[in-house]
Amino acid sequence: MATNSGLLAHQFDDLEQQRDTELLSMWLFLATELLIFGGLFTGYAAYRYAYPNDFEAASRHLNVLIGAINTIVLLSSSLTMALAVHATHKNRQNMLVACLALTALLGTVFMILKGFEYYIDYREDLVPWTSHFRAEEWINPGQIALFLLFYYVMTGLHAIHLTVGIGLMLWLTIQARRGRYSPEHYIPVEVIGLYWHFVDIVWIFLLPLLYLIGTHSPGDLHF
Amino acid sequence: MSTVLEQEPQAVPPAPESRRNYLNAAFGVKSWLLTTDHKRIAILYLASVTFMFFLGGAAATLIRLNLMTPQGDLVTADTYNKLFTMHGVIMVWFFLVPVIPNVLGNFFLPMMIGARDLALPKINLASWYVFMAGAAFTLWAILAGGVDTGWTFYTPFSSKSSHTNVIPTLIGIVISGFSSIFTGLNFVVTVHRMRAPGMTWGRLPLFIWSLYATSVILLLATPVLAIALTLVMVERFFQIGIFDPALGGDPLLFQHLFWFYSHPVVYVMVLPGMGIVSEIITCYSRKTIFGYQFVALASIAIAVLGFLVWAHHMFVAGQSVYSAMIFSALSYAVAIPSAIKVFNWTATLYKGSISLQTPMLFALGFIALFTIGGVTGLMLAALGVDMHVHDTYFIIAHFHFIMVGGSVMAYMGGLHYWWPKMTGRLYPEGWAKVAAMLIFFGFILTFLPQFVLGYLGMPRRYHAYPPKYQVLNAMSSAGASILAVGYLFPFTYLLWSLGYGKRSGPNPWKATGLEWQTPSPPPTDNFETTPIVTTGPYNYLQQALTDVEENEIGDQLRAPGPPV
Amino acid sequence: MEQRTVLQATYYAVFAALIALTLLTVGISFVNLGEWHSAVGLAIASAKAVLVALFFMHLLHSPRLIWLVVAAGFLWLAIMMGGMLADYMTRGWLTYG
Repeated sequence: MATNSGLLAHQFDDLEQQRDTELLSMWLFLATELLIFGGLFTGYAAYRYAYPNDFEAASRHLNVLIGAINTIVLLSSSLTMALAVHATHKNRQNMLVACLALTALLGTVFMILKGFEYYIDYREDLVPWTSHFRAEEWINPGQIALFLLFYYVMTGLHAIHLTVGIGLMLWLTIQARRGRYSPEHYIPVEVIGLYWHFVDIVWIFLLPLLYLIGTHSPGDLHF
Repeated sequence: MSTVLEQEPQAVPPAPESRRNYLNAAFGVKSWLLTTDHKRIAILYLASVTFMFFLGGAAATLIRLNLMTPQGDLVTADTYNKLFTMHGVIMVWFFLVPVIPNVLGNFFLPMMIGARDLALPKINLASWYVFMAGAAFTLWAILAGGVDTGWTFYTPFSSKSSHTNVIPTLIGIVISGFSSIFTGLNFVVTVHRMRAPGMTWGRLPLFIWSLYATSVILLLATPVLAIALTLVMVERFFQIGIFDPALGGDPLLFQHLFWFYSHPVVYVMVLPGMGIVSEIITCYSRKTIFGYQFVALASIAIAVLGFLVWAHHMFVAGQSVYSAMIFSALSYAVAIPSAIKVFNWTATLYKGSISLQTPMLFALGFIALFTIGGVTGLMLAALGVDMHVHDTYFIIAHFHFIMVGGSVMAYMGGLHYWWPKMTGRLYPEGWAKVAAMLIFFGFILTFLPQFVLGYLGMPRRYHAYPPKYQVLNAMSSAGASILAVGYLFPFTYLLWSLGYGKRSGPNPWKATGLEWQTPSPPPTDNFETTPIVTTGPYNYLQQALTDVEENEIGDQLRAPGPPV
Repeated sequence: MEQRTVLQATYYAVFAALIALTLLTVGISFVNLGEWHSAVGLAIASAKAVLVALFFMHLLHSPRLIWLVVAAGFLWLAIMMGGMLADYMTRGWLTYG
């Protein structure tokens, strides 16, 4: 039985109960997040079923190069996050701090690239509710606008979640530098890691659904 | 056979001033606003939801007053739209959804499973603050001019045409949804991880089973509401259409997402009430529940099946006919577990030693009124019937029978049942019985005529109506005034009892259950030592046998013989 | 309870697989698959998600209750999508009257 080294909250009988509870709590929270994004995915699926050609046409105008690079950036951040949890269990403090900081950095790189991508979308007249959208360019501008709307809302919601994740990651890094985490006290790293991986999984699905609907040509690979 | 309960529960001499309980453990506003004690948080919620109940009730009063006359000349049509929207929004999200889980559930879930607190006390406090933030947004929207979309916020009216404070209201509702998610998460984790030794799943009180099922619904359904309402806000704010037919959007997409949450949420509103009824029926029949496993699993079945029927709210909206037929069939299925519960409660009453204390009156009222509401739900599940009575007063009567005749009655029953434990005071039984009668008969007079009105064709959400409907409307409004008085009674005497009620001992009803094994009011950590559970719930028979053994009646019952 | 720790090498192997699958999914989008792009894309994405969940999120070594939570989440997502798409996909099939 683990000793109570000031970590045990009063409602728990022992540290194992506390850890099990905190892990279960995060997984349950992630299930609710699955349904939030799921609602968006469902709406997207309904319209995709109704307007396959327009959605495909619009999808080809998204920047698949940045989308692909961002996917690799986020997958790398999941690796560093997993390594951070590993380091906590092995009590390798330097590796822990480095991995947490790297995770935060990679998340920030994603955000910067995403922001740049939004700017490119703006420049290419893909923002339907502004003057930067040429309705005459499309057969069914309404359906195109629908796709783009889902693109912005889904990636936007994802970006908001990622921003929260980066904030949590920075907080973890600061705490880790103070030596707060150890093989006895690892749950915060593990639990926030679960959140981070979930945000990555959402992006894993956004990539094919938004960017890879139709056939690309090599000319699509540009900034 | 006479029982202890037929007399007034024994009052107890005042406890020594020094006995510490959760109420006097600390004083001051900070000790309440920064508490992590689940019992204090329950009291915080009690204050908030009671306030919201009377606010929603005020809207209902104005509605029923306006409907006294066919011309509806009390308020304008626009104001009337705002009134029924306000009534629905407040009553659904700020009263019915949180009331039983966050007041009675918060207070008693840990105690009934033998725990010191919920698994995540700080999340519990956060859920109250989030609830208050949501309420603040919504109340501000109402005070700043109101919303006129109806609590269902159908697009494109809510997202394009309505000129009222839609966005602040939706922000408030989405925020309050997070309060629900926190609560659901906390309860699920607590039931899984915090049960006392010996408290197996098969020994859990049925109130816990129903709270668990409720929490699963809250976790899985509320996120979908958040996204549905957020998309409406996005469409309204950016003036572009997801649900806009001009852009190729579909208003039914909103309705699908909305009702995917809003149908299960009606089970959130009624399941905890059913749990309370199980607790009360067993106590005041002095019998264990008939078919414990069936009632427990019926709660889970209601939660699961409740997710499969949402499009029965959309029969006339334009969805595919095949889809409508499937949802109609599933809607019949969802009635089965509820019916199982009603049969089992009735079987529990049979040959029980019934005493008609106030909680029992409310529980019996629940069974009667919920059954009527449920059966009319079956009528509505038929496509042919629903075509005619959709958007009429038939629907309104149906869901008020469940929500008010069901949930609110159950809440009243539970509040009275557990009041001595929460406060250490007994409520005045005479006044309480009068209140129960006023509520029951006032309710029937209010809502039974509405079934007839709906069947005769009176549409809902209309501020005026043809004169032929006036008699029934006047009856309904008269009933509403009796109902209103009925609700003011407990508000008054329960508050009165805090200062002047007789003090209560630990177990005034001689009920089973861990929550009755502690003093009234309980100490902050609930139990002196963690209880160890060795029997199932509702072991009233064993308790009665023990009583007989322990008092002189046992001696008299034994056959005469040489002195032992 | 202490979970069996995953080897560091496993993380790198999973990462390599994830990158390979990403390159595959992007690369295959340049091949004309007609209407199969979505199915293939989703299949590859599912494989990646499973890898992240099982190894990075330690689902493989997690207790059964966690598996139940994950399964419930996906089941409910399927219910929502299935129910809604069933409406959209059968709208024209039958009419009243």
